[in-house]
Amino acid sequence: MLEVNKENYEEEVLNAEGVVMVDFWGEGCERCLELMPDVEAFAEEYGDKIKFAKLNIKGNRRLAMSQQVMGLPSMVFYVDGEKKSHLSGDELTAEEIEEEIKKYL
Amino acid sequence: MSKKYDVIIVGGGPAGLSAAVYASRSKLDTLLLEQNRKVGGQPTTYEEMENYPGVLDTTAPELVKNFREHAEKFGTEIERGEVKDVSLDGRIKSVTTKDGKEYRAKSVIIATGAEPRKLGVKGEAEFKGKGVSYCATCDADFFVDLEVVVVGNGNSAIEEAIYLTKFASKVTVIVIHEEGVMDAEKILQERAYSNDKIEFVWNSTLEEVKGEGLVDTAVLKNIKTGETTDLSCDGIFIFIGRVPRIDFVEEELELNENGYIEVNSERLDTNISGVYAAGDVRDKYLRQVITAASDGAAAAMAAGGYIEEEDYWQENVLETEETVLVAFWSPTNEESLEVINRLEKIGLDAKLVKIDTYKNTLVSERYDVNEIPTVLKIEDGEVVDRTVNPKLEEINEFI
Ligand SMILES: Cc1cc2nc3c(=O)[nH]c(=O)nc-3n(C[C@H](O)[C@H](O)[C@H](O)COP(=O)(O)OP(=O)(O)OC[C@H]3O[C@@H](n4cnc5c(N)ncnc54)[C@H](O)[C@@H]3O)c2cc1C
Repeated sequence: MLEVNKENYEEEVLNAEGVVMVDFWGEGCERCLELMPDVEAFAEEYGDKIKFAKLNIKGNRRLAMSQQVMGLPSMVFYVDGEKKSHLSGDELTAEEIEEEIKKYL
Repeated sequence: MSKKYDVIIVGGGPAGLSAAVYASRSKLDTLLLEQNRKVGGQPTTYEEMENYPGVLDTTAPELVKNFREHAEKFGTEIERGEVKDVSLDGRIKSVTTKDGKEYRAKSVIIATGAEPRKLGVKGEAEFKGKGVSYCATCDADFFVDLEVVVVGNGNSAIEEAIYLTKFASKVTVIVIHEEGVMDAEKILQERAYSNDKIEFVWNSTLEEVKGEGLVDTAVLKNIKTGETTDLSCDGIFIFIGRVPRIDFVEEELELNENGYIEVNSERLDTNISGVYAAGDVRDKYLRQVITAASDGAAAAMAAGGYIEEEDYWQENVLETEETVLVAFWSPTNEESLEVINRLEKIGLDAKLVKIDTYKNTLVSERYDVNEIPTVLKIEDGEVVDRTVNPKLEEINEFI
């Protein structure tokens, strides 16, 4: 899965056409690590229609906050660079993420 | 038909893993089901582990990783699965996971722990991931040099408030009690008081979360005066206790008024025989890793004893062709010893099974044996005759 950070965020996410989902995660976030394999699987399955990226908030805190992300895990969906939806919470499930993905297919 | 285990443990926190160590070490065929990929329960979500005796320089996640290794060393099978449905009555019990897999076992230990309680105030859900948090280790990084609010005053709240001071510039703890009163242990209270970054607001609760995109205000309400005040902050951490995870057993098991599973005795047996509850999910005084581990041990040993008694009963009483005389006795009851003595001396053409009511309460309860000595005559699995407190000469007649 594509890794994004403060250097390439603009190009890969904000200036990208179509749908992008960014998985904001961190090493201290157990729920993020738990969901990561599922997100990787979604990237395999839906990767031809949606661009999937992940962002480790370490070193990218300001960037995350500029995207109004201040809690993990967070899955943020963009359409043509515009933020459309944001799933979060420590009880977020893979099913909920997949449901949201399907809305953008 | 799927394989039949001796014990299925639902939940892989400290209670479940400790039960797994004890069960598999006593050679019970043991399966542990955990909904998460990572086993370990709550301690995977915080750092400090200061009060587990004998463990000085190990973090909470490391400790539960060791629990897991320990269980696997003795042969526990661990599978990922979220239990959604159970069928617990009868001798063979089954549990079904969300993906539809069914597992069967002779006994089940429920060790599903507890989940953070949501406060349910305005803005709380909306600002999830935008400054409202239930997990300090997840989100502390965002709040370097920023100001946060912690709602709650129990052990977790105060521990996490102290942890957050390593990141945030100021931590304001909102306490619902009178000034100076907190639910947290004294040692944590003292640490919090002596921490320059921590401030307290007493007699208050969180009323509403406000912000534009991200959290910028906690609206607090003084419960004495009813007055509300705006406190500007960048994040709000909510630690107001936890709720037991019992959705999949609430129809079957007896719960207390707060939803915790009731157990009958130190064996941690529930209202269904062969089903046990261990750890944070059950009604108890202290919810900690050490008491969860202790529960796991007790539940596993009780399950082992139950299986042994049930198997013995099945094989020797219910499934035998012979007529069976079951004598209920106790080492402290003189008459019962005499009855046993007599039964052993006369040449019986029935099989004699002795039940020590002190050790085996299960069978006595099932057959409503309240007085000893009692002798039951069982044929083809059914009680055909019963005598309570027989005189010695009546015994001949009875058999
Ligand atoms: C922030 C914080 C700090 C703490 N600090 C300390 C401390 O310093 N010292 C201390 O002793 N204790 C501490 N505790 C408390 C301690 O962690 C708990 O008491 C302990 O983890 C309880 O263990 P448990 O096995 O009963 O439940 P849990 O740890 O909650 O584990 C339950 C497990 O069951 C799983 N599960 C739930 N439902 C299902 C299902 N339907 N199917 C399959 N699996 C399921 C869950 O995913 C979880 O892994 C702290 C708790 C918190 C939140």
